[in-house]
Amino acid sequence: MKTLDTVIAESPVFAGLTQEQLEFIAGCAQNVHFEAGEHIAKRGDAADAFYLIRIGEIALDVDVPNKKPVRIDTVEAGQVLGWSWLIPPYQWNYDVTATELVRAVSFDGACIRDKCASDTVLGFALLMRFSQVIVGRLQATRLRLLDIYGTDTH
Amino acid sequence: MAQTLTETAGSLEAMTPAPYRVTDKRQDTYDTWTFELEPVDGAPIVPKPGQFNMLYAFGVGEVPISNAGNFQTDERLVHTIRAVGAVTKALCAAEVGSVIGVRGPFGNTWPIEQAVGQDVVFVAGGIGLPPLRPAIYHVIKNRSDYGRFVLLYGARTPSDMVFLDEVRGWQREYDVDLDLIVDVGDTDWKGKVGLVTKLIPPANFDADDAKAFVVGPEIMMRFVAQGLINRELPPEAINISLERTMRCGVGLCGHCQIGPTLVCRDGACYTWDQVADFLAVKEL
Amino acid sequence: MRAVLAPEALEAIVDVLRRRDWRVIAPTVRDKAIVYEEIASAAELPVGWKDVQGPGSYRLERRDDEARFGYAVGPQSWKRELLAPSVRLLQIKRTNGSLEAAKDDAERKRTAFFGVRPCEVAAIKIQDRVLVGGPYADEDYLARRKRSFIIAVNCGEPAANCFCASMGTGPKAEDGYDLVLTEITDGSHRFLAETGTDEGAELLAELAQQPATDADVAAAQAVTDGARERMGITLEREGVHELLLDNLEHPRYDDVAARCLACTNCTLACPTCFCTTIDDVNDLSGESAGRVRRWDSCFTLQYSEMHGGGTRRETKSRYRQWLTHKLSTWHDQFDTLGCVGCGRCITWCPVGIDIREEVAAIRATQEAKS
Repeated sequence: MKTLDTVIAESPVFAGLTQEQLEFIAGCAQNVHFEAGEHIAKRGDAADAFYLIRIGEIALDVDVPNKKPVRIDTVEAGQVLGWSWLIPPYQWNYDVTATELVRAVSFDGACIRDKCASDTVLGFALLMRFSQVIVGRLQATRLRLLDIYGTDTH
Repeated sequence: MAQTLTETAGSLEAMTPAPYRVTDKRQDTYDTWTFELEPVDGAPIVPKPGQFNMLYAFGVGEVPISNAGNFQTDERLVHTIRAVGAVTKALCAAEVGSVIGVRGPFGNTWPIEQAVGQDVVFVAGGIGLPPLRPAIYHVIKNRSDYGRFVLLYGARTPSDMVFLDEVRGWQREYDVDLDLIVDVGDTDWKGKVGLVTKLIPPANFDADDAKAFVVGPEIMMRFVAQGLINRELPPEAINISLERTMRCGVGLCGHCQIGPTLVCRDGACYTWDQVADFLAVKEL
Repeated sequence: MRAVLAPEALEAIVDVLRRRDWRVIAPTVRDKAIVYEEIASAAELPVGWKDVQGPGSYRLERRDDEARFGYAVGPQSWKRELLAPSVRLLQIKRTNGSLEAAKDDAERKRTAFFGVRPCEVAAIKIQDRVLVGGPYADEDYLARRKRSFIIAVNCGEPAANCFCASMGTGPKAEDGYDLVLTEITDGSHRFLAETGTDEGAELLAELAQQPATDADVAAAQAVTDGARERMGITLEREGVHELLLDNLEHPRYDDVAARCLACTNCTLACPTCFCTTIDDVNDLSGESAGRVRRWDSCFTLQYSEMHGGGTRRETKSRYRQWLTHKLSTWHDQFDTLGCVGCGRCITWCPVGIDIREEVAAIRATQEAKS
């Protein structure tokens, strides 16, 4: 079982940060786990945390009025969940649920956010990396809009 | 001269559809049906995995449809048809007991026998699953001849998936690594959501000793091929199925060509290295 | 076997063949063009006519001699006879809860093609490969081909658009015929006849003839040599296969697309173009449906149409398909080139697009690079 420091250092989202920056971030991190079906966050909750998923899968659901919730994305092991901690108004946009047993590293986003306000070098570095996470999700979503399975025949 | 021509001529019996009766019909999605067919007389066509037949709707026309049958255990002809044009709509309207025309089998075959000893990875998009089904059944029947057996199946929504019960049955009974994913869930979907390419990085196969078989719309096959290449699967090990408009199905009418190949004669099964450059040229 | 025939022998040829109850299809003048039709007498040949061709231009002019074959090629080719424009492949009836397909098995006459140019002999060989030499053969084409008898006529007067010398298909036919004639007007008007098959020899044996002297053979050679020299080489065949495949996105295609009308004339006139489609034709009772094979062209929008749209929507893509197929990918598909250098596509293009120019333009930027 890897140590927290190693997991953080090896994660692509923190690649290239200085030793000092990594130590600070590790200081804001802890191992967490969620049971299958456990609610992690609700839409509108303050987004003060983000997660690096080590094992398991987390679902993002949208609550549709007068209907049951619709699952619009799933985030799997190795991926980062959550960017709303860095972008105002710092609120979760979806209902977040563990679909199976999840082991993850949880980061105190509020704390890191405060540090970034004064340490702009760290702030820029993290914003650059999380932008890539967001862009990756955007690209994937746009491709889903394309309907590559050809269901639309026009 | 005419004598030599006659001696070297190919088969002359390719253009006449044989009458086949619909013995079973099942609706899979809102515009897709699966048919089982038996010849009105004579022995049935036995296509190999990857081959297709030309199906004839009386008075309307013909379309090429992939073989979707399980010839390991049963000789009934199975075809899954999506109603998108005049001919397919006419075919999909055929009721049990009615007769349609069938000629074939045409085209080449999946190199599934050549994959013995390797891991096999099937990636299906939407109704790309039926053309893979004969090869899948070959692996199931000869399970111990193959290594890991992975099936990645993506569709737009859960209601666009076909053969789902059967697929889940494979997972239960045949040591298949199954992963399903949809672009958009519905209120009942509790599985993965996203593009099928997302399933490739964590898929359980050894890229040094595997063959992939990918079927779906061309744009899907392009993204999946790239995803498999990112996993370091060599392009020669990625098998895809090309679709082009066909009229004769036997290499005489010219319609199905793309660049240097006639899909009905040299395909529809190709390896990615054979076609990647040509598929990249817009409107080739 | 060789012999020398007087011009009157041509009438004897027509006579002998018609007495066998064969059809004789030959060039004849109609509607100001030299077309292939059934003739009853050699007098119907285009005696004393020549053609003057240019890009998008064709007209007949009177010669100052009585040459029987003093022209190059007309708008039609022999594919009209062999790969007929419209053929009913099957008639299908719905009976007894089944489908019954019937083919047309009417007896047909043998047909002599009298006046086949070397480029046309080459085109027939190319179509033989495509339509008979693959894993599946076209039944109707093969039947017509077996009934055909080819009397080739070598060329002495290339038109401006002829480039068989560049393509290695003429102006002299080496094989692929039953009988070949070379018309000699230098000195006395005569024909050198050479046999290609036993059937050709049988026909020759029935004709009044003189033995062929060395002088006759030399005179005949001079006819085709002269034609070859006058043509020169106007399309560089060497490396054209790779050239076109390496330049699929060449800007020249935009240039051509601005001119090309996608009118399909080139594919209609071309003697090797073989694309067909199948029409389903019904009668009003709904009991009987026919399947008719007819000529098609890669220049139409419908040609590549699939559900979800066509794969070649732009004219540029369709012109590219035709050019690269003709001179490049045809070879990958059938082990021969698709073009015989007859020049019809140049003559009959309403805007005068010249395949030789297009290839040269693409090659020019290649050469400029290296």
